[in-house]
Amino acid sequence: MEITCINCPMGCRMRVEVEDGRVVSVSGNACGRGSLYARQECVDPRRTVTAVIPLEGGASPLSVKTSAPIPKRLIAQCMSELAEVKLSAPVQMGSVVLENVCGTGIDVVATKSVGKVII
Amino acid sequence: MSGEIRQADVLVIGAGPAGLAAAIAAREAGVERLIVLERESEPGGVLRQCIHNGFGLHRFREELTGPEYASRDVERARALGIELWTDTTVLSVDGERTVTCVSAARGLTVFSARAIVLAMGCRERPRGALGTPGTRCAGIYTAGTAQRFVNLEGGMPGKRAVILGSGDIGLIMARRMTLQGAKVLACVEIMPYSSGLNRNIVQCLDDYGIPLLLSHTVVGIHGRERLTGVTIAQVDAQRRPIPGTEQELDCDTLLLSVGLIPENELSVGAGVRLCAQTAGPEVDDALQTSVPGIFACGNVLHVHDLVDHVSSEAARAGRMAAAFAAGELAGGESVPVLDGDGVRGATPQRIRRGVGEAVTLMLRPAGVYRGAACVVTCGERELARKRAPIFTPGEMVALTLSADAAASIDGPVTVRMERS
Repeated sequence: MEITCINCPMGCRMRVEVEDGRVVSVSGNACGRGSLYARQECVDPRRTVTAVIPLEGGASPLSVKTSAPIPKRLIAQCMSELAEVKLSAPVQMGSVVLENVCGTGIDVVATKSVGKVII
Repeated sequence: MSGEIRQADVLVIGAGPAGLAAAIAAREAGVERLIVLERESEPGGVLRQCIHNGFGLHRFREELTGPEYASRDVERARALGIELWTDTTVLSVDGERTVTCVSAARGLTVFSARAIVLAMGCRERPRGALGTPGTRCAGIYTAGTAQRFVNLEGGMPGKRAVILGSGDIGLIMARRMTLQGAKVLACVEIMPYSSGLNRNIVQCLDDYGIPLLLSHTVVGIHGRERLTGVTIAQVDAQRRPIPGTEQELDCDTLLLSVGLIPENELSVGAGVRLCAQTAGPEVDDALQTSVPGIFACGNVLHVHDLVDHVSSEAARAGRMAAAFAAGELAGGESVPVLDGDGVRGATPQRIRRGVGEAVTLMLRPAGVYRGAACVVTCGERELARKRAPIFTPGEMVALTLSADAAASIDGPVTVRMERS
């Protein structure tokens, strides 16, 4: 199959030969990461999910990300779990806002620090 | 106004990634009287609202989100004790490097700077620049405005959206809107190719089954108070709508991602000459504009794809501004860099003769080139050549002339695309 590499903005168009559900060759990639991605994408596609969640008492919503890519099929479920998270300011960048999202063993972490609004 | 004029060695306008990198480099080069002026209440520029990941692969060898990338520069700037004035709007810059700014906290302040770094970034092309017929209803936003609304203010612009233009911010917002619960009907692009990065087409459209309609545009906007729908149509090779191909799409939101324009009102006021191709200042290889002591970097100079390139370019501008402020920047004669076949907006537009430092040229191909090379020549001599499987207008080409090649320049330099 033909897939576009997403590792970097080069966006290499790669040809992946798959036989019996296994990747036998990858071509068209400019670097080793392209090959790794092609092998992963054809077997177990994953994405880093980023989102914003409301933050009580914060100057802005809190931006968050999964600390590692999660299976692509779980993106919607990840968003539903995040919708249930209740948080208050202040929050430090890097702190865990949701542990073990969708049972993946991967946490969702804050990608910025948000202080408390002083009224 | 007290009438007192404050002195600065280097004054940086804008605390986005370009301004921060320039200021850090200037301080590291030993500049003491250094001040960064920022209109927003926090530093970071557009990165603050770019919550998606993918920043920093070149510079940090890891994928960061926008806020994380910005925080690294903000922390470094703080550690270096760089003076940052937020909530401060620059009103004018003149050719003698007098800068007037205003803020609620300090009132009006006038600076006299030995060197200035322009780092004001860019703005989005608005609806008015498109001339699309239709009503003046609510629900039409530039993609970046919608991004700010969602990511910094916690709102949602609407429930059913069409994206016009396939620039990166539009693609990113297609995904963001979908993840936040909206339905994105289509991304409509007038050109036969997307101006966005492949990575974003895959991750933001394909992943969510959002169609990318190439060679299509919006030809009608409907709705009295709120947008109720748009008419789209296919276009021919001259980008004219083809009669009979119209389709109605019911939507309450139209996001525009139709190009970015360097924000140069202040530069023009200072007498800085702009380049017609980039809409940014004309600069030499030291990133100095046509006004001595005024430097430019980042998206105010030319619109970049990658913040990593902004940071490295801006660091150079900061070092050069520091050298100018210290009276140590080599000047003298320079030669022009000309856009040859298939090249748009090669930057810098001039190279100083006899400096002999490596020079990185950045440019966009005018079309899609497969199996081609980007070639730099001086007269009959070839100075540099870069081959790639594909060149597209959506991905800026960076090409470095070695110090030896740069030292050998004795006349105008031309950059062109060469099909094999």
